[in-house]
Amino acid sequence: MAIEFMNPLFEVIRDSDRCIKCRVCERQCANEVHKYDADLDKMISNEMTCVDCQRCVCLCPTHALKIRPNENQFRENANWTHQTMDEVYKQAGSGGVLLSAMGNPKDLPVYWDRILLNASQVTNPPIDPLREPMETKTFLGKKNQGITYDENGKAHYDKTPYLELDVPIMFSAMSFGSISKNAHESLARAATELGTFYNTGEGGLHRDFYKYGANTICQVASGRFGVFKGYLDAGAAIEIKMGQGAKPGIGGHLPGMKINDEISRTRMIPKGTDAISPAPHHDIYSIEDLRQLVISLKEATNWEKPIIVKIAAVHNVAAIASGVARSGADIIAIDGFRGGTGAAPTRIRDNVGIPIELALAAVDSRLRDEGIRNDVSVVVGGSVRSAADVVKAIALGADAVYIATSALLAMGCHLCRSCNTGKCNWGIATQRADLVKRLNPDIAAERLVNLVTAWDHEIKEMMGGMGINSIEALRGNRLMLRGVGLTQKELDILGIQHAGE
Amino acid sequence: MKKVYVNEDWCLACHLCEFYCAAANSGAPDMVKAFKSGKKPVPRIQVEEGSDVNFAVQCRHCDGKACVKGCITGALSIKDGVVVCDESRCVGCYTCVLSCPFGCIVIDEEGHRIQKCDLCTKNHDGEPACVQGCPNKAIVFEER
Repeated sequence: MAIEFMNPLFEVIRDSDRCIKCRVCERQCANEVHKYDADLDKMISNEMTCVDCQRCVCLCPTHALKIRPNENQFRENANWTHQTMDEVYKQAGSGGVLLSAMGNPKDLPVYWDRILLNASQVTNPPIDPLREPMETKTFLGKKNQGITYDENGKAHYDKTPYLELDVPIMFSAMSFGSISKNAHESLARAATELGTFYNTGEGGLHRDFYKYGANTICQVASGRFGVFKGYLDAGAAIEIKMGQGAKPGIGGHLPGMKINDEISRTRMIPKGTDAISPAPHHDIYSIEDLRQLVISLKEATNWEKPIIVKIAAVHNVAAIASGVARSGADIIAIDGFRGGTGAAPTRIRDNVGIPIELALAAVDSRLRDEGIRNDVSVVVGGSVRSAADVVKAIALGADAVYIATSALLAMGCHLCRSCNTGKCNWGIATQRADLVKRLNPDIAAERLVNLVTAWDHEIKEMMGGMGINSIEALRGNRLMLRGVGLTQKELDILGIQHAGE
Repeated sequence: MKKVYVNEDWCLACHLCEFYCAAANSGAPDMVKAFKSGKKPVPRIQVEEGSDVNFAVQCRHCDGKACVKGCITGALSIKDGVVVCDESRCVGCYTCVLSCPFGCIVIDEEGHRIQKCDLCTKNHDGEPACVQGCPNKAIVFEER
């Protein structure tokens, strides 16, 4: 047998004083880490396959389990870290591209944490959201350019399609295929209850979910999976995905083994075949081409639905967004480099793209400078982790935010970053029937509603503190933000002052 | 009246209900003590496993035509709709074990008497232990 160069990443610590050998850990681990040995009358572990998803820890009825990083480490080296060495071993063994899932875990700056919010004192009183009206409803789409009045004094304006959000938070694109049917249903039900939207991702819309159409954003991506007239008509808006924050510049690949009957039917591809989304849209090589697709989709849906164009935050994102705004799109969605994914090449995920905070500030400033900010709404995603991040994003200029990792966490995800293995123990990123079953939409939808409701309360609290009583008054209000520990260049890009100024 | 029902769509066959049931009825203050001191307590709920479908089964609290009528000592009776066993009167003849069409009456850990689900009326407040312990709402306690 060949030598295994790599060590297990984790250690399973089992407190034998507590373990009652109920074997729940064994039954719940799709990676087959735990096993009951009848001869020894003992639970034993094979840690090599443990991904630290914490499923066993959460279900252990006597709290007998702990998963810890493996203490066995290679000789310390600041340049050749344990992970770097492991990756070399892995590639030397497989000869393949390294794959990873979920967002970039590297220790790169998180600008949200370097931005502080203002609060009112003395001269402008704060507002108590429990006693006074406070509005978090917002609208996405083109803002009317002007109102004309006829001779009878009746107002006339061009009505363009828009989305009405009760909270400035939407669930971002996750395809049926990358996540399970139950996960999709949970998102759909939660979005409906919250008065917001979820996004089909590029995997089409399962026939059971057409009933949630009023709260669905239907995505059209480079693979065009599941796209037909009925699909476009089903949703409240259509999103053209040009790029994704986790893997800008590359497409997607759902392996054939995940293409079961249901996914094959929804994506309209043969069962068992790989679903490969090309890196580019083969019909889009310019803003004019993008405009053609935007207009084609509008034409196909009788000009009744707003069109979103989603781009990844890359170096010249402001110029790209300016082009997108001129393409006729109603909403621009920008996805930052910390955004999640079901699978991406590790090098791309960890090294490509820019932080969403800088991209958002740059895009908002550019669109305002060019006088076209009202032509589009801006939605940002890519690791919006809390209500504070939402408030900061809106103050930097966003109209609303997209959340996905936080939504997955609400459903049970523990960020083990193993979605690409298809063995999600939480029933989210898997198509294995026995695992999908683990996510009961009754529970997950309620948890999603709880999360967004809680954030909504917090947004109101923070806005109230600033003396602001609506999202509209917070939007682009960068005077409410101050930077700490940032360079002048960073402050200039963010368009904010340093704390104390 | 409220009863325990199962939804096989969500049963993962994790068997946690069995352990929560056994511990709750053992009289021990916590699960570790229940299973680590003396004989292992026997659950009154059992998970039936199939290849695709799993579900937990415990007393349906039906009209008791089989077990209550068959009981030779009058240990089994129906109180407020719940089929209960007066363990002091049970002689361990197991007539009820044989006659229950759902296989829901089990022999206790000592092997002398029967025990069965009483919806945790003797040991738990509110929801029965199996319902509280189910991680996926596959077991519910509700009016139907």
